[in-house]
Amino acid sequence: MKNNTSNNRKGVMGRLIKTIFEFYPVLLPIVVGCIIFNAIVSAIPAVFMQNIIASVENTWQSGDWKAVSGEITQLVLLLVVCYVLSLIASFTFNRLMAIITQGSLKKFRIKMFNGMQDLPIKYFDTHNHGDIMSYYTNDIDALRQMISQSIPQLMSAGIIVLSVFCIMMYYSIWLTLVVLVGVIFMFIVTKKVGGNSSKYFIRQQMALGEVEGFVEEMMNGQKVIKVFCHEEESKADFDKINNRLFEDSESANKYANTLGPILNNIGNVLYVVVALTGGLLMISKAPNLSISGLAMGISIVVPFLNMTKQFAGNINQVSQQINAVVMGLAGAKRIFELIDEQPEEDHGYVTLVNAREEAGQIVECNERTGMWAWKHPHKDGTVTYERLTGDVRMYDVDFAYEEDKTILHNITLYAEPGQKIAFVGATGAGKTTITNLINRFYDIADGKIRYDGININKIKKEDLRRSLGVVLQETNLFTGTVMDNIRYGKLDATDEECIDAAKLAGADDFITRLPKGYETPLSSNGSNLSQGQRQLLAIARAAVANPPVMILDEATSSIDTRTEVIVQRGMDALMKGRTVFVIAHRLSTVKNSDVIMVLEQGHVVERGNHDQLIAEKGKYYQLYTGAFELE
Amino acid sequence: MYKQLAKSIREFKKDSIKAPVFITLEVLLECTIPFVIAQLVNQIKAGCEFRVIAMYGIILVAMAGLSLTFGIIGGIASATASSGFARNLRKDIYYKIQTYSFENMDRFSTSSLVTRLTTDVSNVQNAYMMIIRAAIRFPLMLVFAFIMAFVMGGKMAFIFLVVVPILGFGLFLVIRKVMPIFKKVFRKYDALNTSIQENVKGMRVVKSYVREEYEKKKFDGAASDICADFTRAEKILAINNPLMQFCLYTVMVFVLFFGSYTIITSQGMDLDVGQFSALLTYSFQILSSLMMLSMVFVMITMASESASRIIEVLDEDSSLANPLDGQKIVKDGSIDFERVSFKYSETAKKMSLADINLHINSGETIGIIGGTGASKTSLIQLIPRLYDTTEGVVKVGGIDVKDYDLEALRNQVAVVLQKNVLFSGSIKENLRWGNKEATDEEIIEACKLAQADEFIQNFPNGYDTYIEQGGSNVSGGQKQRLCIARALLKKPKVLILDDSTSAVDTKTDAMIRKALREFIPETTKIIIAQRTASVEDADQIIVMDGGSISGIGTHAELLKNNPIYKEVYLSQNKAGEQDEE
Repeated sequence: MKNNTSNNRKGVMGRLIKTIFEFYPVLLPIVVGCIIFNAIVSAIPAVFMQNIIASVENTWQSGDWKAVSGEITQLVLLLVVCYVLSLIASFTFNRLMAIITQGSLKKFRIKMFNGMQDLPIKYFDTHNHGDIMSYYTNDIDALRQMISQSIPQLMSAGIIVLSVFCIMMYYSIWLTLVVLVGVIFMFIVTKKVGGNSSKYFIRQQMALGEVEGFVEEMMNGQKVIKVFCHEEESKADFDKINNRLFEDSESANKYANTLGPILNNIGNVLYVVVALTGGLLMISKAPNLSISGLAMGISIVVPFLNMTKQFAGNINQVSQQINAVVMGLAGAKRIFELIDEQPEEDHGYVTLVNAREEAGQIVECNERTGMWAWKHPHKDGTVTYERLTGDVRMYDVDFAYEEDKTILHNITLYAEPGQKIAFVGATGAGKTTITNLINRFYDIADGKIRYDGININKIKKEDLRRSLGVVLQETNLFTGTVMDNIRYGKLDATDEECIDAAKLAGADDFITRLPKGYETPLSSNGSNLSQGQRQLLAIARAAVANPPVMILDEATSSIDTRTEVIVQRGMDALMKGRTVFVIAHRLSTVKNSDVIMVLEQGHVVERGNHDQLIAEKGKYYQLYTGAFELE
Repeated sequence: MYKQLAKSIREFKKDSIKAPVFITLEVLLECTIPFVIAQLVNQIKAGCEFRVIAMYGIILVAMAGLSLTFGIIGGIASATASSGFARNLRKDIYYKIQTYSFENMDRFSTSSLVTRLTTDVSNVQNAYMMIIRAAIRFPLMLVFAFIMAFVMGGKMAFIFLVVVPILGFGLFLVIRKVMPIFKKVFRKYDALNTSIQENVKGMRVVKSYVREEYEKKKFDGAASDICADFTRAEKILAINNPLMQFCLYTVMVFVLFFGSYTIITSQGMDLDVGQFSALLTYSFQILSSLMMLSMVFVMITMASESASRIIEVLDEDSSLANPLDGQKIVKDGSIDFERVSFKYSETAKKMSLADINLHINSGETIGIIGGTGASKTSLIQLIPRLYDTTEGVVKVGGIDVKDYDLEALRNQVAVVLQKNVLFSGSIKENLRWGNKEATDEEIIEACKLAQADEFIQNFPNGYDTYIEQGGSNVSGGQKQRLCIARALLKKPKVLILDDSTSAVDTKTDAMIRKALREFIPETTKIIIAQRTASVEDADQIIVMDGGSISGIGTHAELLKNNPIYKEVYLSQNKAGEQDEE
């Protein structure tokens, strides 16, 4: 199990690096080169320092500056050259890194967002929205931290440690061994303390999510809390989860805060031990074992001490990145999960085109004619055109959201162009499900659906949906002006078209009374509008799209009956000669439908118009006379 | 402004002080260790005995041990202090919100309150930890290292007087340039996330209108815009590291060259090799603490935005004052409105209610009818004092509502709000909101009155059925009936139903009204409804229009002389009557 997760982490890390490389195939290698170069140059001064100190060591008693000035000047100049190169490299990679970090985040965001647009509705129905949001907030933030800070630092520290290690070996293997023992010790401590810290940081994250969920629910119901004087209970409940968050947060930070001093002081002790060992070696005149073959002396011990400090400092730095790396990888893993989601499949090939009638024949054309046709290419290479009329037929349709739990059974219906078809039934009877099948948000399990005589599986999904207008009970508006929101139905609509649509929907009246009329900005799903007003806007949005088939799913549920009459009149005018599917709770809304279908547990139990159904004295009659409960 | 926040430290004051104290001690040791090491190096160089080296070793290890101890104590204290501070802050915000009146709540959106309680507090927590750890550590380290550099390096240390201002000034410039960009871009970032949220929530709309490509394009634009701003800011920030390196290198080159010159020419009198290496260590400490300081500064400035958002919540005082020694008993359910006018905000031009006079007898059933925006809800919200009147007096049981103890008033004037909310928990738990001590029998009785008992009994777990967040696993009509039962459990003197049966079918609606009439006859019942059928049998029906009363009377009276009522009635009944013939 543990092995599995660490393998997983490596896989995620590998994929992350590969993806960033694909984003920046030129810049990334340059950055890596600069980091490596800079790291090596940072390690080299130790060599010059050793040489300079050695020269000083040999001559300071004589006081003869001239004897060594040439050598020292030369060494210092070399050092300056190194430093200048290092500065150039450092400047380059820091700036490029800014581009790569932000650019990669942007590309990840866009990749996620674009992928998300192509996911089937099922994904959104089965995933928590707050959870989806955290891909874009928490996970991206964790990733930013890792790309911009952790990865370069880890890389740079790794290379510095490696090159310093080589230089150490060059001077003295004995002292290097001492350092090595210290490093192993530091490593163990980091793993232990840092591991605990990461564990609690992840717990803290979870506790924070819990607080967020709780607070969201309570804030939503805050007015109910007030009305029931339930403040004290709500405080007590909050205290409980707030304390849990405190405990996890405290533990996480305790471990994180102590790791620094521990490693720091191991570094200090290591420093002392190296000094002692060096001193001992010098005093005892023990033979020095080294690649260079230099004898042990002050000119070796002094730079060695500096190298030890550098070594420990870098390891300390790496250890500080552990939390960021653990959380960054967890974020990256989730981001890849979203990117890897299977997009909605579409095998349709029948498309919707503008058409014109010429000598009794339907001909495709480019300009908008108000007449639409289905362009149907056949296997033999011929293309036929079928006029879009809005004739929808279902034959023996079965459907299940989850296998074995069939929601719809043997649904058969005919909707001729211009007809108004209503669905009536209790919650869960399958009314909305039927409309989900017509626009292919979900695919049927068995049976057939034909649209203007064409099997809807053959129609390209976007063309199918473009021919259907949908107004849902829950209205979703977007940040922007009222006008922008209406225009969402038809992006190239003129202001006049939008206003006409609003008038048709009975929305013009309240819009003109808003502070800035049609230019009034809406935010947080139009929270400054009432539910009824939002529904009117949604209807105006559908009206401007002007589709041949319209689905109204409880679209007027929050509109008062007086206004509904106005809306109804407008809609009837708009939908003259077009097909409308209506789902409504109020029977007054569906009464004038051509066909009313009463659904019960996924079965059509009655069908007919109002008069027929009343005469039948069945379920509909009971509903209508209030003898039966709809919910 | 920060005084307000500091109040939340409370029991963590001790830890908040302990942390910097121990960190100071740690820094002191950290700065003296290189000094002692320099001595040791000199001793080694002078060819001292091993005993001396060992002695130094022991001293150094002891110092490291102490430094470790102080560091751990300081680290733990700062963890406790900052997490504790955050906990108290969250608690204070949450408690404060509990005191808010409806008017206060209207001013904050739910999501903004959630952000303040979570993200904003976390930002402040991190900044607080930074302050008690780093904001003391680094200046201290800077000063100590500076002093030590002068003690050890003598004249050589003057190089720092040149380099440090350069670095300081450079960092200052960078921060000044970067901060406004960050502030701006964070706002844009919020907007981007809002638009993602809208997209996720409105995915059915996006897909229905085939707007996927449009959304992608829109998002691409917004994401690129943010990326450009962030990149600009980070590119400026990218100068920090090279600048720091530049200063460090300058010091190194200077020290190496002039250091060796000084040592040799003075024959080790002015400077020796040990001091020389210590000087290099200090130069690193000085510059890196300066650099860290600038980062701390950036973090604190960023958190200050969060802090001011939190203070906004803490500073908002409830607009309703609860009277001291308010009346606890509501005598009966009679209600009077005397010349009442009301508007939601002081700045609003139009009154939501204008000059309302009204008398309702205890035990009456009152219906209220009117179109969207007729101020029906505004009218009834004044009765349990959810808002205060702008002018005029509202009386319940003959006493001004402002003279009642708020909790007593609201317990006896129960409202079922239009926006019904059930909370996650069992049905029983939800119902007990009305009365904590309610027995199972009382609960069942209330549910029977609200016509909820039958469907609850049909659930597999009956009254223990778990209600999901927001009541998403019960239908709209069931939710409404549960909410009515919850209010009934209060055994109120006045019961107000604000469009609370809109999703309930007509038959059940009638049964609820019948039950209320029969079983709680002494309670005043006020029913706001869309359907005239729901109010037909009321003792009085109030017809609201544009913030004033257009007519009061019985169904028959209004049908005769109130055109609005008549129109509403006909729109709902005409077609039906014809059919039924």
